[in-house]
Amino acid sequence: MSDREQKRTEKRESTTEETVEEIKGSEAGQDVTERIDDLLDEIDSVLEENAEEFVKNYVQKGGE
Amino acid sequence: MSAIHKVIGTETEFGISVRGAPDFNPVLASSIVVNSYAGLRAKIQWSHEEESPGRDARGFGPEGGILPDIDGGLVNVVLGNGARFYVDHAHPEYSAPEAYDPLEAALYDKAGEVVLARAATEARSLLEGDQSLVVHKNNSDGKGNSYGSHENFLLNREVPFSDVVDYFTTFLVTRQVFTGSGKLGSENGRSRVPFQLTQRADFFEEEVGLETTLKRPIINTRDEPHGDPKKYRRLHVIIGDATMSEVQTFIKLGSAALVLMAIEEGVIPETLRLAKPVDSTWQVSHDLDMNRPLELAEGGTATALEMQGRYLEWATKYAENADLPEPYEQVLHEWEAVLADLERDPLSTADRLDWAAKYRLLLDYQERDGLAWDDAKLRLLALQYHDVDPAKGLFYKLEEAGRIRKLFTAAEVEHAVNEPPTRTRAYFRGKSVSKYGDSLVAANWDSLVFDAGEETLKRVPMMEPLRGTKELVSDLLDRSDDAASLLRALGENDE
Repeated sequence: MSDREQKRTEKRESTTEETVEEIKGSEAGQDVTERIDDLLDEIDSVLEENAEEFVKNYVQKGGE
Repeated sequence: MSAIHKVIGTETEFGISVRGAPDFNPVLASSIVVNSYAGLRAKIQWSHEEESPGRDARGFGPEGGILPDIDGGLVNVVLGNGARFYVDHAHPEYSAPEAYDPLEAALYDKAGEVVLARAATEARSLLEGDQSLVVHKNNSDGKGNSYGSHENFLLNREVPFSDVVDYFTTFLVTRQVFTGSGKLGSENGRSRVPFQLTQRADFFEEEVGLETTLKRPIINTRDEPHGDPKKYRRLHVIIGDATMSEVQTFIKLGSAALVLMAIEEGVIPETLRLAKPVDSTWQVSHDLDMNRPLELAEGGTATALEMQGRYLEWATKYAENADLPEPYEQVLHEWEAVLADLERDPLSTADRLDWAAKYRLLLDYQERDGLAWDDAKLRLLALQYHDVDPAKGLFYKLEEAGRIRKLFTAAEVEHAVNEPPTRTRAYFRGKSVSKYGDSLVAANWDSLVFDAGEETLKRVPMMEPLRGTKELVSDLLDRSDDAASLLRALGENDE
């Protein structure tokens, strides 16, 4: 989303309006980054404890 | 030849492991899962009388058509929503009830995740100490082992099976751009990539065949109609990933159903035959940029997205003149949108495609933590994406964060966990389980066997997938307080 907003902003001609748009865009961008950080923090808190061991032990034999 | 109503059902084999006990026997773990869920509910055995997974749609195959005891007498039950829940090889498998349309099929597929999550929780009391079960809705362990996610579509028997092979193969190969659930790395000796669109593509080695566990074919020829064999086939599509995203499951099933109806109707004008379908299968899956030209048998090349565009066009044209259930309009809309978005910016589909949602999550982690593609944490993230525990599964975390679109409310999913679809024979099966469970001794896709206290058991055939519906049998079920009166009434009605 932020990428798209930025691209749209870049395409515009330089006007006063654009400066306002840009500020809004970067604020929105910051929000998105914060939201992603919050999400990753939350995911970190539910991840299986020992990644290395969990992944190593994950073997599924037989199927279909 | 003409198109018939597409009754649709999915089957999912779930990955299973036990925290704190890597050597746990997966067959035992699967049995515990199924038993603990079934223990609280009516436990009715599945009957194998009518099944013949060894029969080949091309008209040849093992004599008698029955493979030796495929399920090994393991736990095998029928649920009140009409689903079959059992141990298949070394996995718990949920075979969703027959659905009337792709929207309903996606809903009952989602209900399967809830069944598995509850089963795993209930199984906790049967395990030692702090052991607990982890169930994943995925198709590969990343170490060369794959397990299935199958889609089933009712087909008109009059349509030559060779038409399915000729017209459906390229659709299945190219649809991977929107059907994959995403995988780190490659398997089965395929060329190395950091990430690919699907879990299953690496494992497909034949164009057409009966196998499902080795030398997997793009078109599976198992001919087991689970209905009147003179009128129907059941196409058993084995080349697909189990998908968590509701929208994705809906597009996956709906687009396939539309193309199959167009094939039955004979309105697909070109086969778009690939020169090397098996190679194209992993090539499409490995191509995150979606611009790889695939060689066509008649010469020239086309990309997967270009060919999907053709199928969309043909399906749209077919739908204009057909009387289809309402959700198909939404299928066409979503299918068109997903192809356009993949063309413009593949990652813009992270709000509805598992592979893109997972890939974007991994990229976010790489950016924050500077992780290499082979880092154990990335591997864990990619695996835990599929955990069906709502508190642990990363798909659900993304969904809660609003990064994934939903189609169903929690109440709708809950209803589907407990109640059968109303417009297929699954209604009669599910309701019979709930109401006459004590007298139901065996069930199957196309029959129920009752013990109503008489000298012999009574078998009720259900050879028509679109009968046994709420409209047709609810009065009968309401009037019959027990199995004996139900059977008497059925005898009078002859259905």
